[in-house]
Formats: sequence, structure tokens, C-alpha cells
Amino acid sequence: MAAAPDIEFAGQSESDIRRGADHESFLTHKGMRWLKVSFGLSLVAILGYAFADVSPRPNGGTWYGYILGTIGALLIVWLSLLGVRKRAFTGGRWSLKAWTSAHVYLGLSLIVIATLHTGFQFGWNVHTLAYGLMILVILSGVYGIIAYAILPQELSNNRREMTQGQMIEALAAIDRQLEQAAQPLARGEADLIIAALGQDTFAPGVFARLTGRYRHCLTERSLAELTDRTGDETHERVVALLRKRDGQLEQIRRHLRLKALLEVWLYVHVPLTVALLAALAAHIVSVFYYW
Amino acid sequence: MAGQISGKVRVAIVGSGPAGLSAAARATALGMSHVLIEKTDHLSDTIFKYQKGKHVMATPSNLVLRSDLDFDAGKREAILATWDEQVAAGKVNVLLNGEVTAITGEKGAFTIALKGREPVEAETVVLAIGTQGNPNLLRLPGAELPHLQYQLDDPGEYFDEHITVIGSGDAGIENALGLAADPAQRNVVTILNRGTDFARAKGANVKLLNEAAADGRMIIRLETSPAEVKAGELVLDTRDGQETIRCDRIIARTGSKPPRAFVEACGVTFASEQPDAFPQLSPSFETSKPGIHVIGALAGYPLIKHCMNQGYDVIEFLNGNTSLKPADEPILAEKFAGLPGRRSVDQWLELFRANIVILNELSPLQMRELMLDSRVHAHDAGEVIFVRNDQGSSMFAIAEGSVLVEVSAEDPSITVPIGQGSIFGEVGLISGRRRGATIRAAEPTLSMELSRTAALKLMATAPSAARAVNRVFIERQLLQIFGSGLTAEDVAELVDAAAVEDIRAGKVVIQEGAGDKDIFLVRRGSMIVEKDIGGHPVFLSYLPAGSYFGEMAVIDGSKRTATVKAAIKSEVVRFPGEMFTALLDRKPRLREKALADMAGRREVNQFIESRKDSFGGAVDYYSRTAQFLVDNGIGEATDVLLIDEMLCVGCDNCEKACADSHDGLSRLDREAGRTYAHLHVPTSCRHCEHPHCMADCPPNAIKRGPDGEVFIDDTCIGCGNCQRNCPYGVIRMDAKPPKKPGLLSWMLFGAGPGPGEASYSWRKKKAEASGAEQAKLAIKCDMCSGIKGGPACVRACPTGAAIRVSPERFLSVARLVEDTD
Repeated sequence: MAAAPDIEFAGQSESDIRRGADHESFLTHKGMRWLKVSFGLSLVAILGYAFADVSPRPNGGTWYGYILGTIGALLIVWLSLLGVRKRAFTGGRWSLKAWTSAHVYLGLSLIVIATLHTGFQFGWNVHTLAYGLMILVILSGVYGIIAYAILPQELSNNRREMTQGQMIEALAAIDRQLEQAAQPLARGEADLIIAALGQDTFAPGVFARLTGRYRHCLTERSLAELTDRTGDETHERVVALLRKRDGQLEQIRRHLRLKALLEVWLYVHVPLTVALLAALAAHIVSVFYYW
Repeated sequence: MAGQISGKVRVAIVGSGPAGLSAAARATALGMSHVLIEKTDHLSDTIFKYQKGKHVMATPSNLVLRSDLDFDAGKREAILATWDEQVAAGKVNVLLNGEVTAITGEKGAFTIALKGREPVEAETVVLAIGTQGNPNLLRLPGAELPHLQYQLDDPGEYFDEHITVIGSGDAGIENALGLAADPAQRNVVTILNRGTDFARAKGANVKLLNEAAADGRMIIRLETSPAEVKAGELVLDTRDGQETIRCDRIIARTGSKPPRAFVEACGVTFASEQPDAFPQLSPSFETSKPGIHVIGALAGYPLIKHCMNQGYDVIEFLNGNTSLKPADEPILAEKFAGLPGRRSVDQWLELFRANIVILNELSPLQMRELMLDSRVHAHDAGEVIFVRNDQGSSMFAIAEGSVLVEVSAEDPSITVPIGQGSIFGEVGLISGRRRGATIRAAEPTLSMELSRTAALKLMATAPSAARAVNRVFIERQLLQIFGSGLTAEDVAELVDAAAVEDIRAGKVVIQEGAGDKDIFLVRRGSMIVEKDIGGHPVFLSYLPAGSYFGEMAVIDGSKRTATVKAAIKSEVVRFPGEMFTALLDRKPRLREKALADMAGRREVNQFIESRKDSFGGAVDYYSRTAQFLVDNGIGEATDVLLIDEMLCVGCDNCEKACADSHDGLSRLDREAGRTYAHLHVPTSCRHCEHPHCMADCPPNAIKRGPDGEVFIDDTCIGCGNCQRNCPYGVIRMDAKPPKKPGLLSWMLFGAGPGPGEASYSWRKKKAEASGAEQAKLAIKCDMCSGIKGGPACVRACPTGAAIRVSPERFLSVARLVEDTD
């Protein structure tokens, strides 16, 4: 039917490369390049473990143990540098997506490398502490991967094209209307509304934030009390506005809940990483000190 | 400084802005009898109305100021105070509250009629009235009553009043909201709208207005217009008949009238019928009416320094100083310095004017102005002037020599010559697309490169230049599309018959199944092609400017096989189908090529139809997504940031990266914007083909860079026009924040606000502490030009949600195949 000039469809141009127009997630980045690398690394480690002739038995102190330990320690340090990379917005051909992809898959490969490094010898000491912390960091990271895979679309659906600021503005607008509409109500009823309006929507704490359950919500209570008392225009308007407020609160709470679920693991992952780095340092120093 | 006028003055200066003030100051210094007439009760009303404390810029910095008054960048108050003081000290003869209603008479004896006072007699007149115009006045009984006003300076000064605002535009709504903002003022505010909606106003303003009405802070009366003004009352015409409301004050904001009608009534001719045309002027600023001169913004010079220089110059000319060179002489001399041969500025200007066909009709003053916005080049034989697929919206004209166009991308030896006096590069200018071919100099060549603004101004002021450029554009597009051995003579008939048509967004140009036969070329804007399959319009393809369509029906005589409609406001060139058929009959090779092209397009159609059943839902989904993107301005974009909300975790690292890559201010709002099927178009620059922001930039600070990025350079004066003109709200006005402590000191010691844009309060506190005043300038996305690695927003996205795309890549059938296979 029609044609665009040829030049528009010439091969990938310099500006396409600049754009980074390839549309794939960090999990599938470049045909899962880092999954393959990580898988290969683990396989080599396992084969080495099976065939390395170490005596008296495999553990961290053998030559093979040292190799695995060095690789593991370097990986841990590099993985923790993602926090710096993420915030240092320098020029150059780096992509944080590639870093995240490598971080995820190489981080998972640590399970194999570090476990083989231990030679399955565990005890109540600083060495196993470092190992335990590392496993906790990895587990929290696995939660992060799952959250990143599932929650964004829920967040997007719930937003309905509104920004967080707009949601709060919308609530404020409903509140102003509700305050006006509730003026003719009787004292007791008006007090309910005033209390509902006065309640700090966001105060109830971490548990409510993460579960989305707000048990003492005064808006819901006012709604329950007033729902049956419709009949005159004032009550109907107030109830309609209360429903609107309830719906708006619901959206804000779900939004905050999803955002919290997307972030909460970092409050475990990052401090544990710092602890891990400390334990790792202690582990390495003590090993060489008591050599 | 009160006006003492005795008898006839030598010169009457109308308007006391920078141009008028500077002229009056010069006249005073020369002892020339004069009067400066100002409509309001203070000098320089336009600058007076700037917001309090606004930092006024003094660009262009390479232009020297030639005036008896001082001017330098600084606060509005300081500038106005300096002028007031110097005008008073110099005993300039000022006449305030003098609204000019008519200027009659001839050179040597003009009569300037003033509203409500004695007329002024003058030998010559200098019009320095700017382009603001006068507010439209209400024409109804009682309109002369004092409680009707056309301006609202401070909404905070009215209490306990019943106030009615007339006007449904942004100005009216903003005034009404301002008056109702503080309940403590206890005003009863009513806004009248003759229509049923506030379609002319910004969405955000309408929303605030409706909210205010829902809260009971404001009364909106739709389908209501004022009928009569009475003391303390206003009579309204409503749908249900007349009604009288209490009204202590009326604010009428019904737009303003451009000053053109008044200037024309004085006997002055404008360069063309175009609304953006300026008066015709001689080198000494004299209009077609002898004795009347025009300077400043009305003459096409919106910058304060230009205006002040012209004020000085016009009085010098009137005083008989004919040897005075304009203040921009050194700038022009510098431009010509690199050219071979020793000529004066005037000689160079004359050479370019005489040799380049489209410039033949220009006056020396217009030539000067055009040259200020242009560049000149001397090319050696064989030198490449621009390369195929480069970005560029400037147009070139050949003053001496000739160039060769490499028409084939594969074989650079196939060339077409363009000779002296002609132009090239017009496609970038008209369509906003990349360069279509590489051009090199055939011999030592002198060229003039007209910036986009200069070229558009030229086309608006010289109709013959516009016609010539358009003809060349159509001819070359035809030759480029149909290529294969055609010459300009072959297509001459088609070019003559071509008609340029404006197509509003969404309008259908070709209807599927119709029997018409014309062929179209997209001149600017873009089209979308749709096919009706099972009652649903299915999106087939996106046609950027430079594409053609409608040829299938002509070649094989079939009915239209798909619908083509405008994605955005566009222009198409229509060629009569029968003429094209005749051309095909004469040129068998062209017919072969056309048939081959057509086969490819037919395959796409058949592909969609055959695959419809096998991936039914996907086609539908793809069509709707394409429609959503077109609705959100992707149709006029060249490069846009999209966010896949299936992947976006809301970390805002894109915004932080943006801020830290650009002086600490983010040019992107991730969360805002529209979303469809998890595809989010954030508030961020689309780098439009024809940027709305460029439309009205006084210092021409908005340009397009080598990667297609639309950016604002450091000559920005902070006027805010671009912010108002951008339909996507992606430009912000802000001051460059102070420097933050580095990343490591934040990570280790918690110093400073951390990565990303610092909070307003931090920036404010820090800026106050440093004491340096920073002007609020326009800032927008520049696609990270100059930063290695490309756009930081995309590089800093941890999950791959942020991608940048161009519409032709994103809106193509190839995507559909990719996504469904």
C-alpha cells in the first residue's frame, strides 16, 4: 500500500546502538549469557571437586579449596560492588541491566562454589558464620528475583496511570468534599467523619504496610455505621464520598504495599552483605593467622 | 519627567519598552525634540509584568550594547529602577497614560490621536509597541463602568467581593482560581463560559477548576455570556433566559488582539499575509509609509539588546547619520572572515543576495537579519558538506560553485549536480527527517547555511522564496522516490499539478475500498495505515514524512486496499493519478520498479491477513498498542523513552541517573504519563520532528544536534515560551543546583543528599549559602549528547524496563512477527 524511504530501514545505526533499543529483561539479557557463564563455572567447580586429588580430604585448606575460596571471595566483593555501580552514573558503555543479570546468576553460582569450598565441614565458628550469612544473603536475593518478576505488573495495574502524588492529591480532594458534605450531619455522625478524616492513613506500621491489612481503619468503620442510614440526600452524598475515599485508600495502600514488597528484601540483603563482608574478612584473617 | 509638549515634535516614539526607551534616550542626548508615549502609567510594561524577582538575561552575549541607557543581566526590579532613574536624570520627555488610537498625516506632519487627551503633532513616528497587542474589549452596554477590568495583577488584594471572570482560556481560569484560592478573602467567584467545556485551556487547569467548583469555592456557569454591566450587578444571557447576579468586579480575559491591524491602519505594509509576517522595512527601519519607523519586537527582534540598539540606531538615522553601521556589524564581519577574497560586509551580503535565487527579493536589512541566523562556508572541490542519514534541519544555498548529490547509497559515483543559485538540504527543513543523500562540492564552492529558524522566517516573509523552496522539495522528493533514470523534465508536469494539503490528526486521506486514484507524498507529519479485518481496524504500518502512498490503485487499477490516516497534524502533497499513469506509460522501467515495490507491500498485506487466524489476539493487541502510542505523540517523535511496566520496579534509578548526568536536575518524570497494556510513556522529551518548543524561542536557543536530539543551548533567557508550547509537559524551568558532595562521601559518611536530584529545600538552602544568583532556565532531555555510552536513563535501568525507540522501528510489522514467533 505504501512505502517509507529506504534509508529508514537500513541496518542498525549508530543511534540505535546509543539507544540500547533491545527490549529484554535482566533475566534474559543477551540470551541468558550470565546464566550460561554461571552454569559453566559451577560445572567446572563440581568436576574439579570430583577429580582433584587432595589429601587428607576435601576442605578449604587444600590447594583446590584455596582456588575455590579465592574465586568465592572475589565474587562476593564484586557482587557487593553493584551497590556502587548502581549509583555512580558515569559515562561509558556499561549497562546496569547487564550488571544485574551477572549479579543474579553469578550470585547463585556461589551456592555451589562456596559449598564445595567448605568441603561440607561445618561447625560453630566464624567460618561457618560467613557461609551462613552468605546463604542468607542469597536467599534474600532469591526473594528479590521473584518479587521483581511478579510484582511490577501488579504495581502497574493498580496505578491506573496515577502517580503516587496524584493518588494522595485525589484523597485530599475527596477529603475536602467530604468535610463540606458532612457539615449538616448530627454530632455523633459528624464526629465519625472527623475522626476518619483525622486518622493518619500511613501510621499503622510495617506489618500493615506489608500485608495491606489495616484493622482500625476509621473510614471503613464510618462506612459500616452510615451505610444503612441512607434515605436523605446528605447521607447518600456522605456515604458515596466515604466509598470513594475507601476505594482511594485501598489503591494507595496497595501501591505502598507493593512498593514495600519490592524494597523490603533490600533491608535484609544489604545489611547482611555488610555483615558477610566483615565475617569474610574475619574468616580470611583467622585462616592465615592460625595457619 | 512629566510630558511638556509645545507644538510639533521632531519625533514621536510610541511604546516605552527597551526599544522605545533607548530611542527616547538617544533623542534626549542629541537634543532632538521628542515625546515618548506610553499606554500605561509606568515605563516598559512588558518587563514590568514579569514575575517579581525574575532574573532577566542579556543575550546574545557577543552583541555590544549601543544605548544611552544601561542594561545588563539582573533582576527585573534592578533593571526597571536603572531605567526609571536614567530616564528621569536625562529629562526624557515622557507622556504616560497615552493610548494611541490612530496615526494620520504624512511625513513631516503626523497627528497622533490619543484616547481622552490632546493629540500629539510630530514630523516622524517611531513605533516600538512590541507584539503583545491590546486585550479584546467587551462590547456590551455598561462596558465603560469602572468595575470592569482586563487585567488582574494581584489576586490577593480583593476581599469580600462578588467577582465574575469572563473567559474560558487559561488566563481566565488562572485568575479565577487565584481569586478563590484563599477562603479567608471570602470572595464569591463566578466564571462564565459561553460554551459547554473549557476545551481551550490546559487539562490541569480545568481539573483544578472543576475541583474548586465541587468544593463550593467557585461557581462555574456554562453556556452563559454577559449581556449588560450595571453598577453592582451583571446581567447574564443563559440557556434559560436572562438572569441578574450580584457583581462587584468583572475581570474580562477574552484574549488579545495582535497589533498588526493598528499598524496597517497607519498605512504600513507587511511582508506577507502570513500571521507571523513582519512589516517591510528599509535599512533605516522606515516602513512603506514614509516617516513611520518600526523597531523592536514588532520589527522581528525580540531580544532586549537588539531592541535597545535599534532604538539608538533609528534616532541616529533620523538625525542624518547615514554612515552608522549597525551594532551587529562585527558579528557579520566575523562570519565572513573565513571566506576567500577581501570584501566588506556589505559587499558579501550583496554577493549572496544577488547570486542566490530565493534571496533576490530581500532588502539589505532582511539580508542582514537572515545572515545573523545563518553561517557561510567555503568548500574545497570534493569536500563533503553533509552525509546521508545525518541529522540536520538547516537549508543550504549555493552562492558560488556547484555541488554533487550522491543519489545512490551503494555507489557514490552516481551523482546529480546542483548549480549556483540553487538550494539543497530542504528535506530536513520541511520534513524534519535525516539527510537523504550525501552532498559534496563539485568545485570550490561558497555556500550559505540557513538555520531552521532563519529559513522558516525567510519563507514567512518572502512568499516567492517559499514557493521556490516548496517546488524544489516536491521535485526532488519525486525523483528520489521513483528514481530510475527520471529527470526534472519528466516530472515537471507532476510538480506543476501537485497540491499541498493540510491534514488534521486522525483525518482519513485514503479510505479502504474507495475508487479514487491519486498518489500522495507525506511532506511533514506522519500517517498510519490500517486494514479492516473482520470489522476491526488492524494497524499495518507507520509512514514517516518522506514516504509515499496510494500508488497501488494507480498501477493496477484496483480499489484502495487499506485506509491511510494522519497520525498527527500533517501535510501531504497530492498528485493526480492519471498524470502518474501517463508517466508510467512513457517510462517502462519506472513501471517495472513500481511493480516490484508493490509486490513487497502486497506481501505484508497478505501476511497480516493469512496470519490473522493463527495469532488473532496478538494482531488486535498490536493494533491497539500502536494506536495508543500514536495517540501519545509517538507519531511525531524521533526518539522516545518507553517503560515496560512488566519489568519496572519503580526504583527511579532512571531519574537519578538523569539528574546526576545533567547538573543535578532530572529531565524525566517516570511515574507520570499514560500507560497501555503495561507500556508506559513517561513525561520525557520525544524529540519531535517539528519541535513545538522551537516555535517561539527569542534567542533561538533550541536546536537539533547530530544524533537528532533537540536541546537548549546556553543562550536560553528563561522566558518559558518553550515550556508553554510543549504539549507533553517535558520542559521545566529551574536554576542550576549547587554542587553535591561525591558518591563515596555520601556512602561512607552520609554527606549531602545522595544520588539523584537533591530536594528543593536542600538546593535552596545550599544556593543561599553560596550567595550566587542563578537564573531559572529551561531544561529538557538532550539524549545525553556528549556523554559516552548514550542515554543514562536506559543504561541505569537495573531490569531492562527502560528502552528508547524510534517510531518507525517500534511501529513496524517486523515487531509483530518478532513478538509472536
